[in-house]
Amino acid sequence: MITLTHFLAVSACIFCIGLYAVLSKKNAIMILVGIELMINAAILNFVAFGRYDKINYGGQIFALFAIVLAAAAVAVGLALILNVYRHYKSINPDHIQELKD
Amino acid sequence: MTLEEILFYAFSVLAIVSALLVVSLKNTARALFLFFIVLFAMAGLYLFALADFVAITQIMVYVGGVLILMIFAFMLSNKALLQDLQQTSGEFLSLPNWQSMLLALAFLIIMITAFVEWQTEAPIWVEQAKAQGTFIKATDNNIKQLGFKFMTQYVLPFEIIGIFLMMTLIGAAHLSRKDGQP
Repeated sequence: MITLTHFLAVSACIFCIGLYAVLSKKNAIMILVGIELMINAAILNFVAFGRYDKINYGGQIFALFAIVLAAAAVAVGLALILNVYRHYKSINPDHIQELKD
Repeated sequence: MTLEEILFYAFSVLAIVSALLVVSLKNTARALFLFFIVLFAMAGLYLFALADFVAITQIMVYVGGVLILMIFAFMLSNKALLQDLQQTSGEFLSLPNWQSMLLALAFLIIMITAFVEWQTEAPIWVEQAKAQGTFIKATDNNIKQLGFKFMTQYVLPFEIIGIFLMMTLIGAAHLSRKDGQP
């Protein structure tokens, strides 16, 4: 049986890789990928703790909700990125500074 | 070392190494395809926490939906956007990269030290579950229990998430519509 600490260490590594991608990438799609990595690390923590919650199954159920929310976030995020590109001709977040054109 | 541990380490090494490759590759298309492998390995890791339904959902929603959407958005966009995407993000270990790597590493160190401190005292409910043997076992019928829970105890979040998904669908369709079209 794999202990909780193993799961936590793996998810900490994945979370920090996602954090690095969010902080350093100049490309909005890769930033979205970084956010997905961070969400995946959180889901791994959810299911690892949810193993000890047999009465409520809270971890697994909210992991499923988190997967749905992440999918929704990607759908809207990609639509926004394409729209922003159409307006600004760039998807580097540093170049997008004004709300209205 | 049991077979379970060997498989767990294999999956975690696969996930971490391919995630590192995803963030270090310059080519966005390759990075997106490598992201497939990260998601598959994460689904494998969920299996070791005995969350089989979550693992299948991960493969169906992420690999079947999210990644296809990302690759579509990447490949169906026009040439100028593709060239913008292929632009490298500065030279390796330039100052922003270096700073963000430092930040990420610092965060990792904080979390690892927190785990080490936490080793000695697990949360009470985890200890209780371990002592009473009420954790999920491999022989349990997980999916049936999850279905019952979704329809009884968690029915309100379930309905809310359904409405939320419909709102997202309408919003994304509205946003990605071309200007001037009804």
